[in-house]
Amino acid sequence: MSAAGAFFRTRMRSPNAIAYTIMILAALFYPVIVQFATNGSGDYLVGLAADGGIYMLMAIGLNVVVGFAGLLDLGYAAFFAIGSYTYAIVASNHMGVTPLGHSLHVPFWIALFIGLFVAATAGVMLGAPTLRLRGDYLAIVTLGFGEIVPRVFRNAGVWTGGVPGISALDVPTLPGWFVGPWVNMDFAWVPNFRFTSANLTAYYVLMVILITGVVFLVNNLYNSRLGRAWMAVREDETAAAASGVNTVTVKLLAFSIGAATSGFAGAFYGAKLSYVSSENFGFIVSVTVLAMVVLGGMGNIPGAMLGAFVLYFILFWLLPNAPTQMENLASAIGLGSLNTATPNGWPGIAEEVSRSKYLIFGLILVGIMLLRPQGLLPSQVRKQELKHTADAVPAGK
Amino acid sequence: MTDSILKVSGLTKRFGGLVAVDNVTFEVPTGEVFALIGPNGAGKTTLFNCITGMYKPTLGTVTFRDRDLTGSPPHRTAKAGIARTFQNIRLFEYMSALDNVRLGHHSRMHAKLWDSLLKTPFERREERHIVEHSMELLDLVGLSSHADNYARNLAYGQQRRLEIARALATDPKLLLLDEPAAGFTPQEKVELMALVQVILKRGVTVFLIEHDMRVVMQASQRIVVLDHGEKIAEGAPTEVRTNQRVIEAYLGKSA
Repeated sequence: MSAAGAFFRTRMRSPNAIAYTIMILAALFYPVIVQFATNGSGDYLVGLAADGGIYMLMAIGLNVVVGFAGLLDLGYAAFFAIGSYTYAIVASNHMGVTPLGHSLHVPFWIALFIGLFVAATAGVMLGAPTLRLRGDYLAIVTLGFGEIVPRVFRNAGVWTGGVPGISALDVPTLPGWFVGPWVNMDFAWVPNFRFTSANLTAYYVLMVILITGVVFLVNNLYNSRLGRAWMAVREDETAAAASGVNTVTVKLLAFSIGAATSGFAGAFYGAKLSYVSSENFGFIVSVTVLAMVVLGGMGNIPGAMLGAFVLYFILFWLLPNAPTQMENLASAIGLGSLNTATPNGWPGIAEEVSRSKYLIFGLILVGIMLLRPQGLLPSQVRKQELKHTADAVPAGK
Repeated sequence: MTDSILKVSGLTKRFGGLVAVDNVTFEVPTGEVFALIGPNGAGKTTLFNCITGMYKPTLGTVTFRDRDLTGSPPHRTAKAGIARTFQNIRLFEYMSALDNVRLGHHSRMHAKLWDSLLKTPFERREERHIVEHSMELLDLVGLSSHADNYARNLAYGQQRRLEIARALATDPKLLLLDEPAAGFTPQEKVELMALVQVILKRGVTVFLIEHDMRVVMQASQRIVVLDHGEKIAEGAPTEVRTNQRVIEAYLGKSA
């Protein structure tokens, strides 16, 4: 009892420990609660959460680049695309229709890591010549990179499938997996398990495991000499260099670790969707992930995760459902007449809401940033910085 | 003078048409306090920046412990054993005092990326050791009770001392102090000079820029005087004090 008490006193004092505990509990209970609440037809919602996990992975990775090392990356989706396409090339029949004439089917787990390494390499190749740039200049270069990469994939002809992209990628596999009543089967251990859209819970569980692993690794990095060096470079590059930190290497590592995470997420995304197309990696993806990090709390891992969760929930659940919800609401309060289109230009409330989807999204973003400029779960440092700017006591000399 | 730790020879730094440091040559003897003085704008900090690799010298060489360090980037000069503080304090304001000093150990640490990723026993042991050593250094500069405070929340004098602790964490053989006593009370200056003596005893040569003549005359064994980027005098404090050119540089030419 007292041992547990001591544990909670020491660990729970840190807000992040509380955040992690809540997140793990939420992740464990989410599928159970969803299935109960929908009487067993919640597969769609579980799968949606698994897709959200991909954004969460990206937010964790971008947080390393932007939050830890202070490098503004506006083309983060490029690495996501590189991971996806790499997976598509090494794990589908596609290479069979190229001049190579021989399709590659690298096992899922190896292919995931190939995606990771190729993206990390791309990160180093982009970073090496550009990381000498500071601030805004770097942002513009990454913006350009983010625009170039999807175009290269679209125009690389037969190698990347051009505009339609590559389809029928190998699905994720595991040496074994449990099935049970949650997929309307008896309890059983299935060897050589293949993930399909009929088993979204498996995707969800795998996603939770992957995110836990990535958080563990990134958190270790944050608390290491490298994490300290990132912070130092973010605060004062000159002083960091004078203290023996090779600032270029350290920034390059941040960049490529961020790229690796994104590539990993991209490879998983390709495998889950079983299809890649250059349409899926536009600027909007980079910006969404950046918004997740900023809104959640830059420099704090649980913050970035919460930001990813909240924005994903808004973008992929709240806004798509808003038109029908508004219709129901209108009928319920006796304004059912609003639901039908009229000849004078009113399109019906559902259509109207659907048209202003991104207006609502923007308003929500602005609202959150006004109410919590430091982000939903800020790091201690950000909190301090903001407090001091608010106090605005000029440093006297 | 065979036993010199740093040799600067023919060092020149030009910024466009402006010659900030003009053909300066001197040697810093090992194990002493060496001072660089001169009026404002004489090029003292520029010279420091050239030695530590913040600037690339236009001409000339910097030799440290018989190794040519001319134009090496700052992290390499730090690794070679030259540490420095800054005239206008440059701490990592939003890191704790302890973390500032821990960061100073960066170039002496051996944990690789994999060690950090997986928190290997080696990494844990090294971090523990570094924390202990950092606390020792904080103790040395009298800041051990402020280990957990953000650097920016420390008082001015404490910040100056924390910067020295961070510099010492790089395990230097030569410590460059850029106006360490600026803005200090007389009492603080006495404490600083005591600290310099402690640093010397640890086997670190001290090379400082200072304006306060009393501090310089008391603390240093040898002085170089710069004016308009040129070396105008060098020698023991008593020699320099009576040097005509030095007096002119500071007080202006009498008619």
